[in-house]
Amino acid sequence: MIGSAAALLLLLSGRIAGVSGMLAEASRMAPGGTPWPLAAAFIAGLPLGAALIALAVRQPDIRISASVPLLIAAGLLVGFGTRLGNGCTSGHGVCGMARLSPRSIVATLTFMAAGFATVFLVRHVLGA
Amino acid sequence: MRALLPALVAGLLFGAGLALSDMVNPARVLGFLDLAGDWDPTLAFVMGGALIPSAAGYALARRMRRPLLAGEFRIPKSRKLEPRLLAGAALFGVGWGLIGLCPGPAIAGLAFGLWQVALFVAAMLAGMGAYRLVTPLLR
Repeated sequence: MIGSAAALLLLLSGRIAGVSGMLAEASRMAPGGTPWPLAAAFIAGLPLGAALIALAVRQPDIRISASVPLLIAAGLLVGFGTRLGNGCTSGHGVCGMARLSPRSIVATLTFMAAGFATVFLVRHVLGA
Repeated sequence: MRALLPALVAGLLFGAGLALSDMVNPARVLGFLDLAGDWDPTLAFVMGGALIPSAAGYALARRMRRPLLAGEFRIPKSRKLEPRLLAGAALFGVGWGLIGLCPGPAIAGLAFGLWQVALFVAAMLAGMGAYRLVTPLLR
């Protein structure tokens, strides 16, 4: 479903289904090529689609125990990092790797490695 | 309006896929990132599964002159591996590993009404805003 959504957006609208880029465009924070209403429509679709699954299939059991400062720090890092690195799991991971972009392959390996290292540190070294 | 509908449908499908595969659940993402613990490979299967139709789409796009409902394809052409790409991806990876949320699941996850997700999204937008403020300094 995620992959066909990316293919659909590409073949109909000619755009990359990258959530961080679309979010920046939708909030007028990127001087990009995507008209902001189009980006906003894509972004609005995400929670709508998730809500449909919650109603029709099952409600996901989400538990987040992280503290407020940690949530803020992580959000800031993700927001800043995805802009600096031009993409996130969807744009680099699902779209960029699908077209074998060397930038996206390197970016995906980098954020995966950083994610593995962070979880290792937090869970097994700091023991949180 | 005609241009907005495919974007809305693509977003809807994308969000539904994230919810159905439980990628909206940070615990599952952290389970994937925790190689040394009780490793949960779900994310690898979801990403691998998503790559198949996505790659088919990009292969098809290469044979098309323009998208069906827009004037041109806007696909990044740069192949340069600059330091900022690596630095950005690394910062993003650390933030991702702290909570288990990346932009797609965070926004899709707003549907479930958790304040933690809303706070994360607000901080993420602030991070994007901060980037915009410092970009002139990076050049």
